Amino acid sequence: MPELTFTVNKHPHTLQVLPWVSLLDALRERLGLMGTKKGCDHGQCGACTVLCDGKRILSCLTLAVMKAGADITTIEGIASGDTLHPLQQAFIDHDAFQCGYCTPGQICSAIGMLREGKAHSEAEIKDAMSGNLCRCGANKGILEAILQVKQTVPHESI
Amino acid sequence: MNPFEYTRAGSIPEAVVAVSGEPNACFVAGGTNLIDLWKYDLTHPDRLVDVNGLNTDKPVTERPDGGVRLSAFATNATTAWHPIIETRYPLLSKAIGAGASGQIRNMATNGGNLLQRTRCYYFYEPQAPCNKRTPGSGCGALTGYNRIHAILGQSDSCIAVFPSDMCVALAALKVVVQVSGPQGDRVIPFSEFHRLPGDHPEQDNTLQPGELITAIDLPEEGFAQNYSYLKLRDRHSYAFALVSVATGLILEGDRIQEARIALGGVAHKPWRIPEAEGFLIGKPATRESFAGAADILLEGAKGYAHNSFKIDLAKRAIIRNGLMALSPDTQLPGARPSA
Amino acid sequence: MSQPSIGQPISRLEGPLKVTGAAPYAAEYPLPHLLYAYVVNSAIPKGVIQAIDTDAAKALPGVVEILTHTNRPALAAFDFQFADLDAPPGTVFKPLYDAQVRYNGQPVAVVVAEDFETARYAATLVRIRYEAEAFETNIDDQMQQARNAKKGLATTFKPPPPKPTGHFEQAFAEAPFKVQAEYRHLAEHHNPLELFATTVQYEAGDRLTIYDKTQGTINNQVFIANAFGLPFKKVQVLAPYVGGGFGAGLRPQYQLFLAVMAALHLKRNVRLTLDRKQMFTFGHRPQCIQQLQFGADDSGKVTALGHQALTETSRYEDYTEGIAAWSHKLYPADHTKFKAQVVPLDVATPLDMRAPGGVTGLHAIECTMDALSYELGIDPLELRLRNYAETDPASGKPFTSKALRDCYLQGAEAFGWNERHPAPRSMKRGHKWVGYGMATGIWDAFQFPARVEMVLRPGGTLLVTNATTDIGTGTLTVMTQMAADAVGISMQAIEVQYGDSKKPFSMFQGGSAMTASVGAAIAKVGRKLQEILFGKASRIKGSPLAKATFDDVYFENGWIRLRQFPEQAVSFAQILASNENKPIAVKKLVGPDALKLRKYTKASHSAAFAEVEVDEELGTITVTRALTAIAAGKIINPKTAGSQIYGAMLWGISKALHEGSVMDSQLGKYLNDNYAEYHIQTHADVPQMEVLFVDEPDPLINELGIKGVGEVGMVAMPAAIANALYHATGKRITNLPIHFDQLLEP
Repeated sequence: MPELTFTVNKHPHTLQVLPWVSLLDALRERLGLMGTKKGCDHGQCGACTVLCDGKRILSCLTLAVMKAGADITTIEGIASGDTLHPLQQAFIDHDAFQCGYCTPGQICSAIGMLREGKAHSEAEIKDAMSGNLCRCGANKGILEAILQVKQTVPHESI
Repeated sequence: MNPFEYTRAGSIPEAVVAVSGEPNACFVAGGTNLIDLWKYDLTHPDRLVDVNGLNTDKPVTERPDGGVRLSAFATNATTAWHPIIETRYPLLSKAIGAGASGQIRNMATNGGNLLQRTRCYYFYEPQAPCNKRTPGSGCGALTGYNRIHAILGQSDSCIAVFPSDMCVALAALKVVVQVSGPQGDRVIPFSEFHRLPGDHPEQDNTLQPGELITAIDLPEEGFAQNYSYLKLRDRHSYAFALVSVATGLILEGDRIQEARIALGGVAHKPWRIPEAEGFLIGKPATRESFAGAADILLEGAKGYAHNSFKIDLAKRAIIRNGLMALSPDTQLPGARPSA
Repeated sequence: MSQPSIGQPISRLEGPLKVTGAAPYAAEYPLPHLLYAYVVNSAIPKGVIQAIDTDAAKALPGVVEILTHTNRPALAAFDFQFADLDAPPGTVFKPLYDAQVRYNGQPVAVVVAEDFETARYAATLVRIRYEAEAFETNIDDQMQQARNAKKGLATTFKPPPPKPTGHFEQAFAEAPFKVQAEYRHLAEHHNPLELFATTVQYEAGDRLTIYDKTQGTINNQVFIANAFGLPFKKVQVLAPYVGGGFGAGLRPQYQLFLAVMAALHLKRNVRLTLDRKQMFTFGHRPQCIQQLQFGADDSGKVTALGHQALTETSRYEDYTEGIAAWSHKLYPADHTKFKAQVVPLDVATPLDMRAPGGVTGLHAIECTMDALSYELGIDPLELRLRNYAETDPASGKPFTSKALRDCYLQGAEAFGWNERHPAPRSMKRGHKWVGYGMATGIWDAFQFPARVEMVLRPGGTLLVTNATTDIGTGTLTVMTQMAADAVGISMQAIEVQYGDSKKPFSMFQGGSAMTASVGAAIAKVGRKLQEILFGKASRIKGSPLAKATFDDVYFENGWIRLRQFPEQAVSFAQILASNENKPIAVKKLVGPDALKLRKYTKASHSAAFAEVEVDEELGTITVTRALTAIAAGKIINPKTAGSQIYGAMLWGISKALHEGSVMDSQLGKYLNDNYAEYHIQTHADVPQMEVLFVDEPDPLINELGIKGVGEVGMVAMPAAIANALYHATGKRITNLPIHFDQLLEP
């Protein structure tokens, strides 16, 4: 069985994993990191978004073996210890979730999107975040939380 | 969902050898379409040869002939946001940005974008007949729900459309595709890369077994002054085009010196008719001129029970996008119609 | 006295867990030696399974078992043992029960393996031979089969429409102004973002701890115990975090049944997660055809209301929803005719989906009223005001409260309704036609019986328990707020335990009923606890409350104080100390006061306003602004309640413009059974939105005056959008969803 070494939330991990295991299932079922969600398993909802070498990607359409040597950050690695990331706090403040199932993907995606630095206006941010569906319809709070962080948090702290 | 072997290729020749050595081996890059199809049990590779990371140190390079080379292995996002592309080929940048989602654009590669398979419902549904999926089984879309289907270039075997946005811009830009294969390297003009379905809709393109796209070469002219990409769909983002248009113009005064128009969402390949572009040369950049070009582009269009609206819609979109190209700053995120 | 917790915009208490990924959902409980199950679904809509060949699948290393109707363990013998609290009249579908295929995608086998990938692959290797039978999934071909629905337990919540009044046909024929039209809706699927999943922890002696995706822990506990012949005590269903329900979790779904079957059969821990395609194989909002006929006199008074609804159901259960009767709860008319029938098709039984019946019926009703307003030349809002019902026109009963007029007026003011130019296709902004539309909403205010236990624990913390779920509604947070005020203790000192069938009784979480249901119980149990605490406090030796009566004191922050001399007080800690530090517990079942409420109609109301832009050349639709004014009694938490309404408004917009499950009647199957082609709104589709809660005190309806907010925010929005599109373009599109190409000018 192929051996995979990569970094997840700053910790090195070595896994024995067959090629057919998605990064999403490796994180959830092998590493027990259940924060990354499976909503469609086909790249249609964004719930499985993680940061890979700083970029937002879909872990459901990624094979774990393709990420040998990569640096993965999941929702469990976003806060600094007990201190929430400003975006996590903004999500709470703006009631940017209801059921909470899309939330990890929304947050990882938004951090990746803000770091990309390509979306500036509200309309651009809405479009750039549209790969993350929210079935509860918490979109208003999500967009407000992201805008607040974009406007108040220095880019290097995101 | 079947098990498969996995190899990471260290070079292009290594990748080509690995794939051409086995009947059911295929390249994997972003995986955004292949892994999707595999999970739907629609494709059954025995081996995936990972080509990620090949030639990505230089995703975009300027060439001596004045053109620009895109690495096939660079991601869509890297390409769209590269300063050379943003400044010299903004039409391509906008078209890429209108496709899929931010995450998918960070994964999907340029080469992979050319190889996307259709989003036809019947192709994705194993219970349905589909000549593209199972040659000889028939076409469920012909008499089924065909709102998203082709109006141009289709056959009785297949009315599926090619779903890419990026490729609509590439068609308008008249790029060429560099491929490496077991028989060596060759260059395919973009207009010959994708096929019309004919009697063999299972073949999306003219690549031969074992051939790997290595680069896409853009000619010098990028239509950076007057361009527009317009995408019409049922929601404002993260949806495939019902109709899309890429337009590039070179103007001299109010007259059109050169024009390029390509349509997406209407055919088995990006739809471009050189005669329509020729029609515009020397004409004023007006609604009437674009309407004339639209008529040529849509000549012979045929609709079905649910998609006849596309014929008229495509004409309107060509006209509107021609006018939007006169002031490219009117474009909105998601390639929506101008305000 | 400090401020009450009720009415405060408290952030969700479970928020930190949800934003860090630490809140576990049904498929996320780690268990040792866990097996993974994967379902095989039928590939035909109707017929008989002749043979199932599992050899190839079984030969795969790691495959533990494959269960089908031929080798499944024994199940309960009688149909009623499979019925759940939300089962419609008929014969419940029992997975793997027999060889019959009743609808496309019905589960026909379950593969159990040591890992997920193996189970999923093995499922593709199961070969099934069918004898296919002729099927019908096209409602238009089956209109002659329309009939009245059978009656059963569920009929009590969903009564058939009332008998006709007056002389409808004559009144409609003679009405000087009238409108009639047909409205059609596609089927829709709930598609909560979390996939339906169950993790079963098996312990010796068939004791099951089940982590399930459900809106009703007790409903599913009872269902599993009955179906598998287990004592109730041996079955515990837990669902503290539920990734969206929207009605899909009101009934136990087949993944629960199959996961339990596999766990019992193998005596192992089992997890079963459906995939997104399978999320389209167990229930949906039914496709519907409605005929509306409204007539009015010269003054704009509605004189005749006619509403017929035809919905699909399955061959095995008669699912119904209350679609046709709403207009007569909103508008007085002497002549009415309502009819609701079902058409059985070879599909899965439909299933309540957010605002069932209401959003379907009100779309047609409120579009018809809009059309009538143009016939009459009366402003659409003014037409509603001229037909305003002070009492329930259908029953003649008064409402417990009704602040709909305030919704209309405050909503119109905030929206800027008076800036609307009355003529269709008369407002323009750049390349876009602009339209304003409005519509009325109404929803029954339900309250179910609920049992709540409160325990004042040593250390002074209060434990509050109930079996309810919190499907994202904010139930945990509002329960804590209500308990704080009911007992007089800070929210920080309260622990609410919920989402567990072992906790005191709760119905499933649906119908916008849960806050009222648990709220009434919390209020009564809290009061009882206060009485006990006061009794104990006054008996403490030297108690400053010794001579006081209950009315002389107030409870605040864990203290009982004399109203006149607040410094004269006894703390809960002192009471506990005097009670030998033993916990003090109260438990009570509380239901609605049926005797009193029988004389009233209980309903929440809303008024929705929407602005749309339609491209003049391309027809593309953008909802630019949406506002909803809500009259729903007491709002416990404006933050979470506001989110319920915002979410519901987006559901309304999504229904109006995006959602629809496309049935191919040659295949008997939904074509767009995925998130790429079953569209819901994206962030880019979200308009500028506003919610107004109008003041609506309601001392009659229940202890706290609560009516519920889950659905009343949705019901009016599709009509408001459709009406705005008419105003923008002059095109009246009566089918949902509305696609932009329908607005293209010829």
